[in-house]
Amino acid sequence: MDKIKLDAWVGIFVAIGVISLLGLAMKVGNLTSNDIRETYMVTANFENIGGLKPRAPVKGAGVVVGRVNSIVFDTEAYHAIVSIDIDKRYVFPKDTFANIYTAGLLGEQYIGLEAGGEEKNLEQGDRIIQTQDAVVLEKLISQFLYTKASEEE
Amino acid sequence: MSNSIISIKDLSFGYGDRLLHKGIDMEFPRGKVSAIMGGSGSGKTTILRLIGGQLKPTSGQVEVDGTIVHKQNRDGIYRLRRKMGMLFQHGALFSDLSVFENVAFPMREHTNLPENIIKDLVLLKLNAVGLRGAAYLMPPELSGGMARRVALARAIALDPDIIMYDEPFAGLDPISMAVICDLIRSLNDALGATSIIVTHDVAETFSFADYIYFVADGVVAAEGSPKQLMASKLPFVKQFIHAEKDGPVPFHYDAPSMKEDFAL
Amino acid sequence: MNINTKTLLKFFEKIGRSFSVRALRLGAATRLFYLILIYSADSFKRIHLTIREIYFTGVMSLVIIIVSAFFVGMVLGLQGYYTLQKYGSSEAIGVLVALSLVRELGPVVTALLFAGRAGTSITAEIGLMKATEQLSAMEMMAVSPVARIIAPRFWAGVIAMPILASIFSMVGVLGGYVVAVPIIGVDEGAFWSQMQANVDFRFDIVNGLIKSVVFGIACTIIALFEGFDAPPTAEGVSRATTRTVVTSSLAILGLDFVLTSFMISG
Repeated sequence: MDKIKLDAWVGIFVAIGVISLLGLAMKVGNLTSNDIRETYMVTANFENIGGLKPRAPVKGAGVVVGRVNSIVFDTEAYHAIVSIDIDKRYVFPKDTFANIYTAGLLGEQYIGLEAGGEEKNLEQGDRIIQTQDAVVLEKLISQFLYTKASEEE
Repeated sequence: MSNSIISIKDLSFGYGDRLLHKGIDMEFPRGKVSAIMGGSGSGKTTILRLIGGQLKPTSGQVEVDGTIVHKQNRDGIYRLRRKMGMLFQHGALFSDLSVFENVAFPMREHTNLPENIIKDLVLLKLNAVGLRGAAYLMPPELSGGMARRVALARAIALDPDIIMYDEPFAGLDPISMAVICDLIRSLNDALGATSIIVTHDVAETFSFADYIYFVADGVVAAEGSPKQLMASKLPFVKQFIHAEKDGPVPFHYDAPSMKEDFAL
Repeated sequence: MNINTKTLLKFFEKIGRSFSVRALRLGAATRLFYLILIYSADSFKRIHLTIREIYFTGVMSLVIIIVSAFFVGMVLGLQGYYTLQKYGSSEAIGVLVALSLVRELGPVVTALLFAGRAGTSITAEIGLMKATEQLSAMEMMAVSPVARIIAPRFWAGVIAMPILASIFSMVGVLGGYVVAVPIIGVDEGAFWSQMQANVDFRFDIVNGLIKSVVFGIACTIIALFEGFDAPPTAEGVSRATTRTVVTSSLAILGLDFVLTSFMISG
């Protein structure tokens, strides 16, 4: 096998590899869609986070604006403290509302942010005061049964 | 400077506790063809490896051109090896390179010669062994004798001072054998090199070697010119030269007595 | 000493010996790795040696990698659809195929195929070179076989493996696409968008690449060492070749577990 032909083959090989990697990054992965670089961190307290996990998406009007950084349990107040990284490009007012939603009936859980009306914006280290817990299916069902029962009385 | 290019002094070598060599002394004079002979397994090839620095002696030393081989570091040994060419038992040609590239290999590795000079040199070396026409064959296409000659061309590629041959006649037909014999002698004289041959082929070696060492039981059992050895009265040398099946080298491997084995 | 103590002693002796042999071989392999690193500078100066080996290990493995990846992707698509449709979420098929390929099957199956295709040929080649004294001859010509033969093969393996794994994952995703979209009729937009929403570049794709680099190092070192260490006989070389496949496969699966647990916890 002469050298030039061999080099050409190896060149083609490497090129296919690079194309595949680019394909994985662009078409399969999320390198293009929501690439979050610089962030600021805020926290939010929840009574119940349901199945929320670190790295779960944080959405504003359905657009991914950040990710859950960490979830810890506060042993003094007995609630969960969730830290959220939000992309610097997106700003939210101080009185923003944080809800835990479920994508679809059995989907993963995410945090939805609903902007309030205040003029000052959230900054690094701030805390979102108004939160709504995750909907726990068992609670929902028992609530439903309870109201049904009370209606019939 | 002494007349010997290689001198081996009180050399012992072994694997673990078993000593293969027990105090060997040899001198290889410049410009001569010397042979090391002995039965199979007598450690002849090991002596070549000790000279080449591939093995370290248990005690004693090998001196090549005034330097003690085993005291050299890697670079020192590599410097010494550039003065040596070695022909391996079955040629040991690089199977993924053509005949031409095999002979060019040492030149490409150790010199910065331009391509056209390398080409001329390679063809010259191949011409010396009569295989200029086979330059672009691959090693698997060669016969045993041809492979040996290509390997010889590769061994002399850098005009070494010392050429070592490990069983150069093994497995060759009589014609190829005669060709190799002739090449060893003529190349040695043309290059002004020193040749060391490890072999057990009596007739060929006696026909052209200048000096012969017999190795047996880890020591030099006999030495001398072919003429002296032919006249030797030593039982071992007589047995070896005339290929007698029993003698100091016994026919039977050490075994318990017949009585014990056959339960008589 | 009665018979039982004797057999017991023999048993422990056997265990001890097999341990010490393994420890010895592991040490020798580590030494070889160290030598490779030392001589790498030498072999990088003549990059064409490494390129040549990339041809033999990488390009020659391309066909088996592409064909297997396509089938693995198609099977994942079929199996995934079969299970997911029970829960009414057959659009998630893209996520399933992509994540299983990028995180696990891409690096692991590529490495297993590599061990069988390229690893064995490396071992056999080096073993034969040793058996026919080519390595000795090279040493006698004052050329280090580690620099000339071993190191280029090592780097070729380390470079080829992540490339092959990327190709495997991409072709596998395409295989899954072929089954899911034109054949089963999953919506094309949902297929890709669900995939993109759930496959993270850093946590899934880069981690998969890291895995394949580690597997590349392990597979090539094992193949090279087995060849280098093989007894110079036909039987020795053939046994070394078998050992290459067995040891590499075990090493790949073991390392995969260790790496995955690090990546998930970290």
